[in-house]
Amino acid sequence: MHVVTFTRSTPDTAAKVWVDEEGAVSWGDVATVVNPWDEYSLEETIAITKSSGGKSTVIAIGAALHDDALKHSLAMGIQDAIRVEEVGADIHDSLNWSGLAAGALQKLGDVDLVIFGKESIDVASDQHSMQLARRMGWTMLSFVSAIVELDAAAGTIRVEKSLEQGKQTLSARLPAIISVMKGINEPRYPNFLGIRKAAKAKIPVWTAADLGVELPAPATSALRYFNPPPRAVSTEIIAGEGVSDKVETLVARLFEEKVL
Amino acid sequence: MTVFVWIESFAGRALSSSWEALGAASALAADLDCAVTAVVLGANAEEIAAEAAGYGARQARVCSDASLSEYRLETYAALLSQLVAEHKPKAVLAVASNRGRELLASAAADTGNGMISDVIELRLADGQIIGTRPAYAGKVLMEMTAHTETTFVTLRARAFSPAAAVAGNPPAIQRTAAAATPDSIASLVEGFATESGTVNLTDAAIIVSGGRGMANNPRNPPDGLTGEAAAIWKAKDGFANTLAPLVDVLGAALGASRAAVDAGYIPYEHQVGQTGKVVNPDLYIACGISGAIQHQAGMRNSKVIVAINKDAQAPIFKLAHYGIVGDLYEVVPALTAALRRRLG
Ligand SMILES: Cc1cc2nc3c(=O)[nH]c(=O)nc-3n(C[C@H](O)[C@H](O)[C@H](O)COP(=O)(O)OP(=O)(O)OC[C@H]3O[C@@H](n4cnc5c(N)ncnc54)[C@H](O)[C@@H]3O)c2cc1C
Ligand SMILES: Nc1ncnc2c1ncn2[C@@H]1O[C@H](COP(=O)(O)O)[C@@H](O)[C@H]1O
Repeated sequence: MHVVTFTRSTPDTAAKVWVDEEGAVSWGDVATVVNPWDEYSLEETIAITKSSGGKSTVIAIGAALHDDALKHSLAMGIQDAIRVEEVGADIHDSLNWSGLAAGALQKLGDVDLVIFGKESIDVASDQHSMQLARRMGWTMLSFVSAIVELDAAAGTIRVEKSLEQGKQTLSARLPAIISVMKGINEPRYPNFLGIRKAAKAKIPVWTAADLGVELPAPATSALRYFNPPPRAVSTEIIAGEGVSDKVETLVARLFEEKVL
Repeated sequence: MTVFVWIESFAGRALSSSWEALGAASALAADLDCAVTAVVLGANAEEIAAEAAGYGARQARVCSDASLSEYRLETYAALLSQLVAEHKPKAVLAVASNRGRELLASAAADTGNGMISDVIELRLADGQIIGTRPAYAGKVLMEMTAHTETTFVTLRARAFSPAAAVAGNPPAIQRTAAAATPDSIASLVEGFATESGTVNLTDAAIIVSGGRGMANNPRNPPDGLTGEAAAIWKAKDGFANTLAPLVDVLGAALGASRAAVDAGYIPYEHQVGQTGKVVNPDLYIACGISGAIQHQAGMRNSKVIVAINKDAQAPIFKLAHYGIVGDLYEVVPALTAALRRRLG
């Protein structure tokens, strides 16, 4: 069983992020982390391939910055890492992105299952996994909260999917693409040996030409980034004699605000 | 020319959030000087289309083929893609629910069109559809546009006003056949388990959330429980017997911080924040939550924020409109009682 997972680097969730005078997004020199939602997809990939004796590959599409996420993935226990970089390609355009991603899957050839995190914490385009599935003609199972059964021999998968109204149980044939939710597992931390091995790894870089992919004109463009208007809050710490006094004042305020 | 809006339904009933999508679609269609077409798929599609007409959708494309009675991405996407290819709408709108996200992304890929997701503002400039959306957990905003014939747009829940009800407009309903034949369907629905009585966080007008502070419950756990197990018992008891009554009296949804989720006090479905749900209520009441930046990312845009925390220095007070410094196990029951007197 060959399981592939996709990831990339994102700014640390605690980083201050702003738009500078040139209109570019900046987070200063704060380090990037592996996209936090992908800790769950990486863990799931490692657990499945360990128990089935299969193969695991992680792919990032984009510039060298994403090598950090790939090294983190290797340090956790993914076997192989690949970076796909096409200078000039707009990887934020999901049709462009999925063209490169599909090319990489085709080049690997023997992929049974692809696992994504629920979303990317920075751009959260909500499209990557689904659009790759459509391009490959594979089944998409998104928002998976549990893999109930995975039968490599029969080529089937059974999952529990989270919808706002509850949990749906679905079965499908492989190859398939799934995106997983937080809570599906407890992601492991890379250990010292893993980190040392990952630091030495040479990560191959594939280009569009290597994949035989011709990229279309991007379907979307980001026109501009801007800082949200500052939120002017003045906090009223409710004063009063005792708890009952304070809650009466609070309730009165909430009625004045017309939120009740 | 038309603007499509997918009217999401569950168990044969339209979700009320769909009227927000219809409201956004009507505003866009008015700017484009065209009509809105409601796309209604699944059980009761015609009744739902008639209901949509009551909110201003004059045209509807409906299909209630048996293969659509349970929502499934393949069957829904196949039909939506086919309708888009045939009618080339200027835009396709839906709420960014889990289904809306995957359905629109899939149909956009099928038809080679661009998509803008999680939009909070939509406008037309020189015939171009421009969507404003948050990025980097709302620390930054961005404007996006698509260059394709159709623009797919998912809308953040509660960011757009619902369409207004209009009287006496029977919809022009067009029936369509299902696009996918059963043997081309790769996944099968085996079951569905609903969580009874839960209010959807992203649609909720009021949210009451609990954090790690829920573990400081003065009630004593049953004999034999110590350490972490005792803390879990105390927090669970607090969620069930202290927060739940406040939730009930307000008709609110129950949220939580990640610390509470990770400690096993409450299931992940309730988590608000950067790796949980992003919510947009009129009123957010944070109880025993410190207000870490990742929690703020999920609730910062709530209209009115109330914090109940015993630490006057907690960062949540910088964000809150109203704060009570005190023990939540004293404040929340008193607040519940006061509200019950006022709200009945
Ligand atoms: C990648 C990443 C993603 C994350 N995503 C999220 C996310 O989605 N959502 C999220 O919430 N966090 C998230 N976090 C975690 C976040 O950083 C904080 O750790 C978490 O929000 C803290 O939760 P808390 O406020 O409940 O706990 P604490 O920070 O421990 O605060 C507990 C508060 O309760 C108060 N308190 C204690 N007892 C009482 C009492 N009896 N009465 C009143 N007040 C009391 C204390 O004064 C304190 O302020 C994320 C972190 C990372 C690194
Ligand atoms: N450039 C990229 N390379 C690899 N994986 C990516 C890339 N962009 C997004 N992803 C992954 O796609 C998933 C969904 O992201 P998104 O569609 O942006 O919300 C996450 O698991 C991301 O890590």
